[in-house]
Parts: sequence; structure tokens; C-alpha cells
Amino acid sequence: MTSSAIAVSGLRKAYGDKTVLDGVDLEVEQGSVFGLLGPNGAGKTTTVNVLTTLIKADGGTVRVAGHDVGAEARAVRAVIGVTGQFAAVDELLTGQENLQLMADLHHLRAAESKQVIGSLLDRFDLAGSAGKLAGTYSGGMRRKLDLAMTLVTRPQIIFLDEPTAGLDPRSRRTMWDIVRDLMAEGVTVFLTTQYLEEADQLAGRIAVLDQGHLVAEGTPGELKRQVPGSHVQLRFTDVVALDAAARVLNGSTADDAALTLRVPSDGGVKSLRALLGQLDEHSIDVEEFSVHTPDLDDVFLALTGHASTKETAQ
Amino acid sequence: MSTISAPLADSRIMLRRNLKHILRNPVTLFNAALMPVVLMLLLVYVFGNAFNVGEHYVEYATPGLILLAITYGLSGTAVSVNSDMTKGIINRFKVMNVSRGAVLTGHVGATMLSSSVAIAVIIGMAFALGFRSPATPLDWLGAIGIAAAAAFAAAWLTVALGMAAKTPESAGLTVVPLLLLPFVSSAIVPADKMGQGVRQFAEYQPFTPIIESLRGLLAGTPSAGYAAAALSWCAAITLAGYLWSRATFSKRA
Repeated sequence: MTSSAIAVSGLRKAYGDKTVLDGVDLEVEQGSVFGLLGPNGAGKTTTVNVLTTLIKADGGTVRVAGHDVGAEARAVRAVIGVTGQFAAVDELLTGQENLQLMADLHHLRAAESKQVIGSLLDRFDLAGSAGKLAGTYSGGMRRKLDLAMTLVTRPQIIFLDEPTAGLDPRSRRTMWDIVRDLMAEGVTVFLTTQYLEEADQLAGRIAVLDQGHLVAEGTPGELKRQVPGSHVQLRFTDVVALDAAARVLNGSTADDAALTLRVPSDGGVKSLRALLGQLDEHSIDVEEFSVHTPDLDDVFLALTGHASTKETAQ
Repeated sequence: MSTISAPLADSRIMLRRNLKHILRNPVTLFNAALMPVVLMLLLVYVFGNAFNVGEHYVEYATPGLILLAITYGLSGTAVSVNSDMTKGIINRFKVMNVSRGAVLTGHVGATMLSSSVAIAVIIGMAFALGFRSPATPLDWLGAIGIAAAAAFAAAWLTVALGMAAKTPESAGLTVVPLLLLPFVSSAIVPADKMGQGVRQFAEYQPFTPIIESLRGLLAGTPSAGYAAAALSWCAAITLAGYLWSRATFSKRA
């Protein structure tokens, strides 16, 4: 029928009279990384829980790997892996034993599980701590072990619910590298995040979820294009230079106090070269030069009319 | 990869996991085995002679202490069940086609094993303190059966309590009534020496027939009435615990 790894239409979920998801439509292509972006309470985790058979939807259809999550939950579970917001590792088992537990529950043969566990420990740089209790691991290590446990079963589709929440910048980068490796292996990744940069870095397509509604969907580039305001900013040492530049450059707006000039631009190399050429021609000295493209924070503000409530997550 | 998940194999894996937990965190087992021993020493050497139960006090107290050996181990189970539910690992099992009951039976099995250790310790201690029993091997078998049924019932009820609690800390507290109930039964002193009200409660609460049937078996004078009452209580508590656990398990995502 369709080659979509995940197909969601009209998904609704309410807890009591509180509607958490209100008609969500999603399509995730096989082998892609899909980012579901939204602030706390937008419904990201609820979406993941429905998609991974943990909770039942109130309405709409949800197919994962071609199977209905309600009627064919077992078939769905056989091909998915989930790493939730809170590292689901057994703290009283060692890293090695945690992975072994997954291999046992998946009924892998001894030789196979030994090989799989060994390669995962190496890949996630956990071999040195494999014999230590997971309870003694740092946050970053736990998260890595958690993801390694998910990968023991070699899932085709992986759900990562805020995989880097609470991690330090270095661990976050490691996580990103791992996600990119998974993508290179052809695994479909469904990622939720409230870090706008993260979705931009990893996902081929992004959907923005706000209070149970999808407010936008597209590639990171497409989303950015929905937001006006790509421009070049020039800073000068004195008002004379600023005025000279303002006369030369069409459509620019000057800020006399800050000695800056804002020039609309698509940020492309060609238009930048032309801009610099004009300045050169009139011998105008520029103190500082920067290109501003809107980031996803701007996108969020433009799409929802309110800022992403990022601070609540810190 | 097998597409048929065998509930039995899953239960065995979970049991192994829970046993590792007990060995890694031996405080619980230590509690279960040590507290009844301390109580036994206290009762036999300090209070026992004051109670005047018409027999050697250690012989009177042993059946009740066997039950205490079971109940003192339960808080560990409740905490461990609750940690599974609240720390996210349960969701991992749920999205893995793991047989749903295996998580529960693993805890019940591990609790039964640690109860057995505690029971063995208290019986050994009783013999060391002068406990002698005219019971036949068949009586012993019956006593072991009753103790096992009681441990099984207590384990299922505790799994349910641990499952229903909001946090691991409160889960540990939910079993406190189970720790206190033996004291208002015929475990330490005969019920007919208690005051109005308490006596009636002691006579009709589940621990009393369990303890009395054990007492009868260990004294070589088994009572069919007590045994039937004890086993009925155990069956009812097991069933209630089982159904409650299942219901809570499917309700909590």
C-alpha cells in the first residue's frame, strides 16, 4: 500500500476532559529521521506512547510499519524500539546484564547475543563499564546504555522521546552522532525534542506540535522560509560611514544608536558578494559583518504566536 | 528471533533478574531473616516466661514467627515492584512483546524464594533454642504446604500493593499492616488472653487460622478445621492479589 514507516491520521487522545492530541496527521518515510518538535505539554510523549502501543488512541488511525497499533500491537512491537524520556535501565544490573536481559527476552541464541552485546558495548563506548552496576553510571552513560538496550532487538523503527533532555553538551553531541549512524544504517527514527537546534541538526522533516495540534510540517529549510527576516547586519565605527552605506544599499534600515545597518538579503553567496562589492566601490569601511537566518526559535514564535516555553525544561 | 513468546521462559528470565536484585541489595533478605530471629530471642528469653502459654514458649511462638519471617521480607518486594512501574523499565518490557504476566510472576517467585530462606533460618533458630516437635514427616509436609500457601498469598498481595502505590517509598509502607497483623493474632500470645474487641478481631483475622494450623501440625495434632480455614484465606488473598495486580498492571501505562 504505502512505503511509509509511520502513517497517522486524525489521531485524538484525551485524558478526562483534557484534550492532549486533537487531530494529528503525520507521515514518516522509511529510513528518514522525523522530528516532532514542541514545548512541554504539547503532546509529544502522548504521541510516542500511542505510536508505540503503550496507550490507546481515542480516535484516528495509526499504522506503524504497515500495522495498526491497536489491532496488531504485537506485530508493531516486533519491529520497533523505544527509548523514553527517562532512561529505562535496571540500576541493580550491570551494563552487560542489562543488555543480556534484552537479548534473553528477545530469545536470541547464546552465540548471537554474545556477539550483539559485544558490538553494542564497543559501539557505545561502554565496554570499560560493562561490569559496573548501571546505577553508578552518569546520565550520559545511562542514556547510551538505554539506547543500546533498544538496539539489541535490531528494530526497524526507533522512537526517541527527548533523547538528550538533561544531558550535558558533550553527551548530547554523542547522542546526535549515534542518531546519524542509525540513519546511515537505514533505520527510521522518530524523534521528539524541545531543543529546536536538535531537530534542525538531525531531522529531515520536522513537525511542530503545539497544544495537541500540528502547526507546521516540512523540512527545516521550508520551515525557516515561512519566517521573514533573513538579513545581513553591518556595523560601522561612525555615523558618517553608516549614512554612506545607508544611501548606497537599497531597502536598508539604519540604527544610529547601535551604528548598525540591517540589509534584507537571502544570505546567498552571490548577493553577499554583490553587497560587499558595492561597499568596496564606495570605499565604506565595515567594522563587523554578519548574516542572520532565522533559527527554529523564530519559526516557533512565528507559527504559534508565542515563544516555545523552553525554560520550563531546564 | 522467535515469534512465539513463551510466558514460562519470560517468567524465568524475570525471576533471575529479581533474584539478582535481592542478592545485590541484601538488606531486604537480611531484614527478613534477622528481624524474626531477634524477635524470637526477645520473646523466648525476655518476655516468654511472663506469658504463661501452658507449654514451652519457643514451641508456642515458632509458628507465628514463621509467618513473621514471611511478612518481614515483603517491603522489599513492594519497593521493587513499584520501582519497576515508576522508573520506566516497565514500558521497555511492554513494548517488547514480553509476556505481561512474567513481570509479576518473576516478583512472586523471587519473594517466595527469599521467604523460604527466612523460614529456614527461623526454624533452624527455633531448634537451636530448644524447639522440639513430635510432628510426623507428613505433618511437616503439611506445615510446609501451609507456609508456602501463606507466602504465595502474601507475595501476590504485596505485588498488588507495590503496583498500586504511587512511589517506591510509599510502596514500602503499604505492607506495614501485614507486619502488624500477626501481633494481633494468636502468634505471640493466645487470642483468648486479649481484651474485648481485639480478641474477636484476632480470632477472625486470616493470620490466626494460618498460625493455628501450623501450630497444630508442628505439635503433631493437626486440625482439619484450621487447615481448611487457612487454605481458604490463602486462596482468597492470592486471588484478590492476583486480580488486583493484573488490573493495575494493565491500567498503568
